[in-house]
Amino acid sequence: MKRLSHYIESAAAILLALIWISPLLFAFWAAFHTTSDAVNFNIMSAWTLDNFRTAWDGAPWLRYFMNTFLLVTIVLIGQFFFTTLAGFVFAKLEFPGKNLVFILVLMQLFILPEVLIVENYAMVSRLGLFDTLFGVGMPYMASAFGIFLMRQSFKSVPIELHEAARIEGCGLLGILWRVYVPLAKPTYLAYALVSVSTHWNNFLWPLIVTNSPETRPLTVGLSIFGAPENGVDISIISAATIMSVAPLLIAFLVFQRQFVQAFLRAGIK
Amino acid sequence: MSNHVNLERRRQAIYGWLLLSPAALMLSIFAFYPSVATFWSSLFTRNTRRKPSEFIGTENYADLFADPTFWLVVKNNLFYAGITIPVSIAIALAMALWANSKIPLRGFVRTAYFTPTVLPMIAAANLWLFFYTPGLGVLDQIGSLFGLPSVNWLGQPETALWAIIIVTIWKEAGFFMIFYLAALQTIPEDLKEAADIEGASRWTYTRRIVLPLLMPTTLFIMVNAMINSVKLIDHLFILTKGGPSDASKLILYYIWEMAFAFFDAPHAAAMTILVLAVLCIVAAIQFLYLDRRTHYQ
Repeated sequence: MKRLSHYIESAAAILLALIWISPLLFAFWAAFHTTSDAVNFNIMSAWTLDNFRTAWDGAPWLRYFMNTFLLVTIVLIGQFFFTTLAGFVFAKLEFPGKNLVFILVLMQLFILPEVLIVENYAMVSRLGLFDTLFGVGMPYMASAFGIFLMRQSFKSVPIELHEAARIEGCGLLGILWRVYVPLAKPTYLAYALVSVSTHWNNFLWPLIVTNSPETRPLTVGLSIFGAPENGVDISIISAATIMSVAPLLIAFLVFQRQFVQAFLRAGIK
Repeated sequence: MSNHVNLERRRQAIYGWLLLSPAALMLSIFAFYPSVATFWSSLFTRNTRRKPSEFIGTENYADLFADPTFWLVVKNNLFYAGITIPVSIAIALAMALWANSKIPLRGFVRTAYFTPTVLPMIAAANLWLFFYTPGLGVLDQIGSLFGLPSVNWLGQPETALWAIIIVTIWKEAGFFMIFYLAALQTIPEDLKEAADIEGASRWTYTRRIVLPLLMPTTLFIMVNAMINSVKLIDHLFILTKGGPSDASKLILYYIWEMAFAFFDAPHAAAMTILVLAVLCIVAAIQFLYLDRRTHYQ
């Protein structure tokens, strides 16, 4: 009886896993076959790279890839800068008004940048950053989530190390740079993985603030490429989709453990 | 001595404000000011070339409440939240229990569950397009094996929102799974042994011991799922564009449409304020419950 239920559960778990990756598998299948072979599920049909060729020629993908790459880099550098400083203050300094400011920062966790699109768009335009990668990245730089994460990490650094560095004649910024930042490396790595995959995948805000192929990231480019008005067929859309998710997907499959750890570390406070 | 302490205190305050100012400036520009500005602009009429904007108080809100589309969108979003939150939590829990037990192909199973998490919503929508397309799509092909007629899943009001909901569940369940998985691994082995000695069945053990211990994780996930039910709308752009006849339109999509397709910023602002109010309630729930992690100790 126990045996039987174990088998049933194993089968159910594997079945669910198959269902879960089937959209990806079907797209993979379609991307390498002509449209008619793809939709007929003819197992014997020939594999082809034509869809990738057609998709690649249909849009400035290289530019889109570059834009996404630059965007996630800009966001990450900005986030590291702003959240390190603020996280350090909240973790280790004491002064009147600190807790009030901290609560204000935490409020931003719920004022999602996604919801404030109208006014953020006005703000970015006012700053002359409309249709620039900087404009796409700016609203995410001083992330409350990141500040919170860095604060937690810095808090766990023993005060003795801080004192020792001070006695050696290190200034406050020196201590931050030489003691706290190196010790927080795992947190930075986790934060980087979460941030990169979030912004690699972000869509609505880049859609609003970009207006030209020179700044458009992959997600926006992909949505324009796949728009029904363009009349591209399912095999070519699949090829474009597989192409644009490939870098992150491969990175995930290779560094799976790190990815999962990163999401956990970032999620559980 | 007290002089010295005072000096140190002042030094900390100066450094504190100095190091905070970059982040505080950015947060003010992109979170606090826009929130206030959104509220302010929700009280004015639209600024057109013929008529400059004028103060009208709560009229934009009254317009919204009188707009049947608004209510339809609210209803859609409540339905969207009402289905996606419990279903993806339940699936995530099942996934975690399975991925944590000794089953064959465990590595593959875990990877398969988690993979949708790293895909962009836009890509996910493209993948699912292949499922939903009438005639050619995978679902219709499977249906035709059983002699079922072709269904336009995305094109009819009865199924469009469901199609959207399924993609959302598919996308977020694997993400929630990892939090359950981490929590499951912190449950001590001796609890299982004790339950075995007492002769408790696996079902009893899961229901009476595992589930209560997972409660704080569930609350954490639930808050995340609530936020997602406001924010995960990217797939609408690919799959339905909110149609047919607004049957699958969600609030954030409607805000976007109002502001950037109809160029009606004041009404979009009013709607934004309502969403922010809801998010504040979610925040309050989190602060009230999430800090009480020690129910069961």
